Amino acid sequence: MGVMKIDGFPVEFTDEPNILSVIRKAGIDLPTLCYHSELSIYGACRLCTVEDDKGRMFASCSEQPRDGLSIRTSTPRLVRYRRMLIELMLASHHRDCTTCVKNGDCELQNLAHRLGVNSVPWGYRERKYERDFSSPSIVRDPDKCILCGDCVRVCEGIQGINAIDFAHRGTDAMVIPAFNKKIADTDCVNCGQCRVVCPTGAISINTNIRPVWEALADPNIKVFAQVAPAVRVAAGQAFGGPRGENVMGKIVAALHRLGFDEVYDTTFGADMTILEESKEFLEIFEKGGPFPLLTSCCPAWVSFCEKRWPEFVPNISTSYSPLQMLGSVAREYYKDPKNNEGKKILSVAIMPCTAKKAEILREDLKRDGKQNVDYVLTTEEMITMIKRAGIEFDALESEAADMPFGIGSGGGVIFGNSGGVMEAALRTLCEGPDRPAIEKLRQSGVRGPGPLREFTFNYKGNEIKAAVVSGLGEADALLQRIKNGESFYHFVEIMACRRGCIMGGGQPAHAGFRTKEARKHGLYESDVNTQIKKSNENPTALALYDTLIKGREHELLHKHKHAS
Amino acid sequence: MLDESFYSKADEILNRYPAQERSLIPIIHEIQETYNYVPVELLPYVAKHIGITETKAYSVASFYERFSFEPKGKFIIRVCDGTACHVRQSLPVLERLRSELGLSEKKHTTDDMLFTVETVSCLGACSLAPALMVNEHVHPAMTPDKATALVKELREEAAKS
Repeated sequence: MGVMKIDGFPVEFTDEPNILSVIRKAGIDLPTLCYHSELSIYGACRLCTVEDDKGRMFASCSEQPRDGLSIRTSTPRLVRYRRMLIELMLASHHRDCTTCVKNGDCELQNLAHRLGVNSVPWGYRERKYERDFSSPSIVRDPDKCILCGDCVRVCEGIQGINAIDFAHRGTDAMVIPAFNKKIADTDCVNCGQCRVVCPTGAISINTNIRPVWEALADPNIKVFAQVAPAVRVAAGQAFGGPRGENVMGKIVAALHRLGFDEVYDTTFGADMTILEESKEFLEIFEKGGPFPLLTSCCPAWVSFCEKRWPEFVPNISTSYSPLQMLGSVAREYYKDPKNNEGKKILSVAIMPCTAKKAEILREDLKRDGKQNVDYVLTTEEMITMIKRAGIEFDALESEAADMPFGIGSGGGVIFGNSGGVMEAALRTLCEGPDRPAIEKLRQSGVRGPGPLREFTFNYKGNEIKAAVVSGLGEADALLQRIKNGESFYHFVEIMACRRGCIMGGGQPAHAGFRTKEARKHGLYESDVNTQIKKSNENPTALALYDTLIKGREHELLHKHKHAS
Repeated sequence: MLDESFYSKADEILNRYPAQERSLIPIIHEIQETYNYVPVELLPYVAKHIGITETKAYSVASFYERFSFEPKGKFIIRVCDGTACHVRQSLPVLERLRSELGLSEKKHTTDDMLFTVETVSCLGACSLAPALMVNEHVHPAMTPDKATALVKELREEAAKS
């Protein structure tokens, strides 16, 4: 507690961890390239440097606020200093900005512009390193790296993986996998959090726009898309809309205009996942084990489990993820000549996730050697396509998703939030009148802040111990506690990305605290506005059990054998 | 694939240190002392044993010039190119060594695995400038001709043993 002076104005502070946070609270957007509030403090970029009364300069991210301290944030000396820092970074940066994937969305480029860097007095740096296209999810371009270390800290500190790290030193320093291996040959789980925090084009999404676009133009191919829950609360902001607003209607309209023949809602697939997963859970619960049942929707988590915790792989639910559910059922549906109109079918999924690009390629998820979904496009790629086509997104009239896979329950839509899968699953087990039961579950602890939530749920007089965890580092610690016998749960939901899919590796980057909160509330609000709350009351999903998938649940909705 | 003997030797070294992150540098030091270099296959092995990722071990090992992932020669000649040695003409010494041995800035080790020539930033022997080290032995006040003689001497020494 205390009062600081910032540029002559008194500013109160309470529990801010550093001076930078106080400055930002005071409404001054001090530039940074290496500061993320959820990561450890690194102090590498020096852009947040401020000056005190005695002319002493220090990085405001690395100092605690003190009562009576008086600082200035943009003296002529600081402005000069910051400009030089950017000039130096640009000097060792491969500056092909006009053709860079990150052009227009690059934090380094934005800061250069904002700080008035009009020339770089030290020549031009040619490409020195090869790009790494080995991963289906991300592309590494070391020539664009400014060594801020954000990716290293998110991969190691939050995700507990450490697939990449600093290597060598001085002018040779780089961020690379051990022994300069390809990223696909490391423990990388494709979560894409490195690309979310990367301020430049050093790590970007491995895009599949081109083949999809070609298929859209081909009259002999019927192209359909499914849109994941988290996409609808993240896309609007890219077109000038408010944070976290559900723009599913406009997304459907835009995709129709891009040439997609049908646009389905992955929320439907989520309901199918819940139907199968809760059945699976009840079976295990009544049988008395083995516990815990671990959720299967998040491919980065599944990959992490296989690489780090093979002993827990048998605990993972065999139910398909929502994407696979819809993909599998739709594939079956389009086998009927009535539905495919004699055309070839291309199945596309619009996802908040880079790991889904790897999931669709998994051998154990293929049926008869064929993928259930042909291409995954991330939210970012969808936004790029809409912009490229010149579609005025904000002027579009909303359209509803197409049938028969266009209806989803409220339980399905909250899948995009950490805790959503668990809440949707437990909803199907709620007894008594819906409204009070659902409300009671909502307040049970399944929602809330923080990466780990533990709570209990009463089912027919028995207590279900449940946990919800997001971030693989946190999941790693939880599994260790389970293994040590320190914790016990019947059912655990694990999502690789902190806060869940709304903060997935394929979502628009630069999301601050307010955007994260808005996306979360956006999904919860969509649930509130949905008439069908429970996945097991989704009429279109239930109807399928009597028709298309009758007697074929295991074949069409479950992973056949765990790869181990 | 490394010979089994490398792993048993590594085990011997690993057993002397607590299986903790902080043992990393002393362990790779000993491995390097044993083999004149750090066989790349051993790094993940060490990392796993002390409970860190191979990425972290690589990050540390690649940071230090002293650690090498390439096999080195029997004689490692480290030519000092610190300020004092540099102004007292260490570069002609380095150039002579390289031309004598057919080495370059890119190629540090002779094909017969007898010599490795490197530069170091300072040997802390500035009063003896220009200086170089052969393995653990310092040679003071070097000249290009003395370098030629040194190579001859070392060759003879190698032939004897």
